[in-house]
Amino acid sequence: MFYWNNGFAVLNKYLTEEKNLKKKESLPNQIWMFFCSVKLTVYTLVLLAGTSIIGTIVLQNGSPQQYINLYGKGLYNLIMVLKIDDMYHAWWFLFLLLLLCINIIVCSIERLSLTWKIIFPGKVTFNPDRFRQLKNKETFTSTRKFDVLASEFQAILSKKVGKVLYEETENGCAIYAERGRWSRLGVYVVHASIILLVVGALIGAMFGFKANLRLDEGAKADTLFTTKSRTPIQLPFSIQCNEFEVRFYDTGAPEEFRSNLTILEDGKESFTKDIRVNQPLRYKGINIFQSSYGTAAPDNALFEIVDNMTQESITSRLKIGDEIALPGNAGIFKFEGFLPNFKFREHNLGEAFFGKVTLTGKEGFQIPLPTKFPTFDKMRKGQFSFVVKEFDKSYYTGLQVTKDPGIWYVYAGFILMILGCWITFFISHQSYFIEIKKSDQKTIDVLVSGKANRNSYGMMLKIKKFATTLKDK
Amino acid sequence: MYSSNILSATTFIYALASVFYIGSFSFKKQVLARAGFWVIVVGFIGNTTGIILRWVESYQMGYGHAPFSNMYESLVFFSWTVAVLYIFVEFKYKESIIGVFISPLIFLAIAYASFDPNVSSKISPLIPALKSNWLIAHVISCFLGYAGFALAFGFSFIYLVKPKNPKSTSVFARLPSWEMIDELTYQMIVFGFLFLTIGIITGAVWANSAWGKYWSWDPKETWSLITWFVYAIFLHLRMMRGWHGAKLAMVSIVGFIAVMFTYFGVNYLLSGLHSYG
Repeated sequence: MFYWNNGFAVLNKYLTEEKNLKKKESLPNQIWMFFCSVKLTVYTLVLLAGTSIIGTIVLQNGSPQQYINLYGKGLYNLIMVLKIDDMYHAWWFLFLLLLLCINIIVCSIERLSLTWKIIFPGKVTFNPDRFRQLKNKETFTSTRKFDVLASEFQAILSKKVGKVLYEETENGCAIYAERGRWSRLGVYVVHASIILLVVGALIGAMFGFKANLRLDEGAKADTLFTTKSRTPIQLPFSIQCNEFEVRFYDTGAPEEFRSNLTILEDGKESFTKDIRVNQPLRYKGINIFQSSYGTAAPDNALFEIVDNMTQESITSRLKIGDEIALPGNAGIFKFEGFLPNFKFREHNLGEAFFGKVTLTGKEGFQIPLPTKFPTFDKMRKGQFSFVVKEFDKSYYTGLQVTKDPGIWYVYAGFILMILGCWITFFISHQSYFIEIKKSDQKTIDVLVSGKANRNSYGMMLKIKKFATTLKDK
Repeated sequence: MYSSNILSATTFIYALASVFYIGSFSFKKQVLARAGFWVIVVGFIGNTTGIILRWVESYQMGYGHAPFSNMYESLVFFSWTVAVLYIFVEFKYKESIIGVFISPLIFLAIAYASFDPNVSSKISPLIPALKSNWLIAHVISCFLGYAGFALAFGFSFIYLVKPKNPKSTSVFARLPSWEMIDELTYQMIVFGFLFLTIGIITGAVWANSAWGKYWSWDPKETWSLITWFVYAIFLHLRMMRGWHGAKLAMVSIVGFIAVMFTYFGVNYLLSGLHSYG
């Protein structure tokens, strides 16, 4: 086996030996040792992965009634005790994340303080014996002159790898070069990036907010209520929705949602901009996203009322709250309101108007008038039937307004994580060794070997190829 | 639509490649594996042409988007990424026999796309949430990650079938050495891990520009994180605890189950923002 892992195998051994030396450690030391164990990392990661599954199966942020219906009373209590209804913010899940962070920090400090000297040695040295014993080596003999070989190989190695170290040995010389020693820091970059992500998320949770804002066309607002706690937030400016537009493809699928917004400061118009999904508006640290839309309640509509016995009918435009006498003065109809999504026996019938019918001397009752189904009220088979003939359709836009001062820490964490993974996995600390030895017959023995702290197979191929180039010289 | 026809033909070419590889393994004929390799290369060319044509066709239809927007397109692209990575690995490591575990995966993904009646091959327009330049970066990196894990799974699988000391006459004797399987699995997981990381991050940045939240514990997000955790465990066990061999191969197999659940399970069993694939 040619594994020469990270120097960490050596380190682990060192750590366990040290542990054995000091059997009776002080409590703080024991705690420190507990937090710097890789076992803890593995167990925490297993727990995090395992418990994360729960939140993808159990409904999140539902109402108590939904949980009781879905899982029954007993399980509902368990869900509430363990906060599984908002699992990813439950104390025990956050505790696992905290444990992972402490583990990462303690581990990194402990190991970095031990590997610092490996990563930044005052002077790079090499031990020829170690390279002679490596499994990953190639040998050949050459009939060329010793001095020529020595200087030529030095030049090649210096060009291929970097600064060359030279040492005279018995009957010959050894040359050595290395690269990528700094790449041993990569893993610390990855670990630091995780801490940055957590810090960024914490800052966002503490100093940021997330709110939904519903604006009818023409309306404006400067106060928001956060999604979770309904805390009011005063914006440093007002948002006005001038227009909302939704476009559909021929297939009926939505193509684009667009809101035309104006930002007002101190009552004056600052600027106007269109926002779309994927094209938010960012201003003064506040981000405004297009998130939904709907039909705004119209304030007036044209109603037709037919007396089914006499076929007498009246048509009238009413405002919300208006009342009108039924044909033949048989009672009154009052226009009460509007719902964008009217649910009837579990079916969504879409936009619907509501009114109250009071026949003279009788108890009043409410009727729905879904605009997509003009004969809906006729099916009630009452004396009078009601239809909405016409109304001005206008939209409201659903905006998501957020502020997240932690985002730059998170983004920095993202960049560091990709960089760190790249360094850790694809750049290795590689050492090349060549020994040139005069043998008894007038030939020269050459030994080429090398090692890397990672991708030892790749290094083996490299040494094979390198030996071939040297041989063919 | 030419692209669908080309991709259907590709399915058969990949099927042929699997037959060659499995035949080479069963009948101990190296020449069949060589043939299998070149058939995969031909399939890959067809696969690439199909994807490019589909892209062009979507522009001709007036929708104009990269072919990464539904289950059909994602499966076709999954085959493509596994194929390209496999061709690279066989070319570099010169171990053709490992194709016996990988070529069926390449075939199965594209066959599922072509033959399952629930997977529509229609080119449909992009919904507003998908209209972003992040789409291409996000999908390519995620699928390169998946491909790395798929290959790692194929290699780990060898641990389950190869006897400890196979007789020299047995079909298993031709499988690569334990060190080689170990190294290959590790290399593939490292590759997959880097690209899964990039995939999750590009997804987070995209989500932040579309919805104002870089992380919302959507089932797809959560499962990709679970997958990330499993492979992080793999890397720590191998590098820090010195795990090797069959024990570690089991972790890689568990990881691939998580990948499969992230890819298919979430779409079919759970609800969320990634319903399109």
